[in-house]
Amino acid sequence: MPDPSDSLWQPSCDRALLRARSAFYRSIRDFFTARDVLEVETPVLSRHPVNDPNIQPIQTTPETAESRWLQTSPEYPMKRLLCAGSGDIWQLCKVFRSGEAGRKHNPEFSMLEWYRVGWDHRRLMDEVVDLTSLLLEKRFPDLPRLSLTYAEAMAQFAGLQVHTADDAEIAELGQQLAGQDLELNRDGWLDLIMSLKVEPSLPEDTLVLIDAFPASQAALARVVTDPEGVQVAERFELFFNGAELANGYHELTDSTELAQRFQQYGEGREVDQFLLDAMASGMPDCAGVAMGVDRLLMHALGKHCISEVLAFDWERA
Amino acid sequence: MANYSTNEFKSGLKVMLDNEPCSITENEYVKPGKGQAFNRVKLRNLRTGRVVEKTFKSGESLEGADVMELDMEYLYTDGEFWHFMATDGSFEQHGASAEAVGDTVKWLKEQDIYVVTLFNGAVLTVAPPNFVELEVTETDPGVKGDTAQGGSKPATLTTGAVVKVPLFINIGEKLRIDTRTGEYVSRA
Repeated sequence: MPDPSDSLWQPSCDRALLRARSAFYRSIRDFFTARDVLEVETPVLSRHPVNDPNIQPIQTTPETAESRWLQTSPEYPMKRLLCAGSGDIWQLCKVFRSGEAGRKHNPEFSMLEWYRVGWDHRRLMDEVVDLTSLLLEKRFPDLPRLSLTYAEAMAQFAGLQVHTADDAEIAELGQQLAGQDLELNRDGWLDLIMSLKVEPSLPEDTLVLIDAFPASQAALARVVTDPEGVQVAERFELFFNGAELANGYHELTDSTELAQRFQQYGEGREVDQFLLDAMASGMPDCAGVAMGVDRLLMHALGKHCISEVLAFDWERA
Repeated sequence: MANYSTNEFKSGLKVMLDNEPCSITENEYVKPGKGQAFNRVKLRNLRTGRVVEKTFKSGESLEGADVMELDMEYLYTDGEFWHFMATDGSFEQHGASAEAVGDTVKWLKEQDIYVVTLFNGAVLTVAPPNFVELEVTETDPGVKGDTAQGGSKPATLTTGAVVKVPLFINIGEKLRIDTRTGEYVSRA
């Protein structure tokens, strides 16, 4: 990190980082070119906000006819491309999330998102490991991989049988970890247990893939019944050395169910009718994933703060 | 006092937690990509010095604590209160209770300067400088020439504090003491 007494016109990263980011982008482009995945670009500004109450989008020129929302991920327009028959696509873009600032967060950050037609999330998990291993190769040759279900991770690292535990038991463990009652719902407490207990306990220098999330945390992933008869989401996350690097789904393609989920979890957020219409016209079976490129760079270079991998962090932007 | 939201939390911010004035020492923003955002915060209770770790939902707020730190000169004690005067020329005076003075009572010397923390206008804590110079009022007679050899003996200082000193120290000598460890440093 540069000396804080430096004037704020100066970059928050060193010059080696600029080169590393450039090399990173080249590797990513080569990776997808070799696999015949098409690079696309979609609008940064859109008419509709993201339908996830835990993500706060930033609005431009509110109360005017040209008011738009800065994207929090390119998910919706990329899915519309898939519905329109694009085939496999990838995109590297800037995304924006209000209030997300900290050691591992910057309100503006770089996201890599891609979709594979005809794939399920398991096959995509393998590709995520391939790309991540390639990008981290210099600092971490031969990274081991560990695959766990959400229930296994919760049992192993938090001692919680997540699918059978009742709300009170989950809330009690959450309160112990938080040091106070935050009056959260079941999923809120599970998020806390995941962030405060499970994530920091995962094995180091290992690509940890966690899948089969509770159905209530499906977001836009398919929900299936697992062999024990429990409803789980075909959703996965990649964790590496205490940080979440990627989130992927075997994608929900049913527009009726999408409308239901928007209704159930959207807390009244405006619905993106373009996405609903696109899905209603037919979405191919596919899997998709979003990856935080800045955090990957942090790990590739051994940096502690996200500001150290950004040319100009939030304070200097 | 104003309220501070988690996104304003930073090291050194003084806030109220469970009716106790605290100083934030660490604040980490934690958020899963899909899910609730939290702030993991370490707070030092300014009365007890104890550090607690609490997690908040991002966006929640805490009331600010009316806390001020002043350089003040120690004047005297009336047995119940220890009286200090501001060094900024205002001649503002505050009396500190035995609880507020705490262990610092061992290092209080008239005309020395202390950091006095005020909470809602009353003295919360009194912190001594890192080093104080105090006179020995009681110790066994000094052993001449014994400067190199180790060995130590207890000595009582004007404030009543007892410290370990080298054998050659005599009654009436002024000593430099490190208040952080309570150890003898040198002759003053």
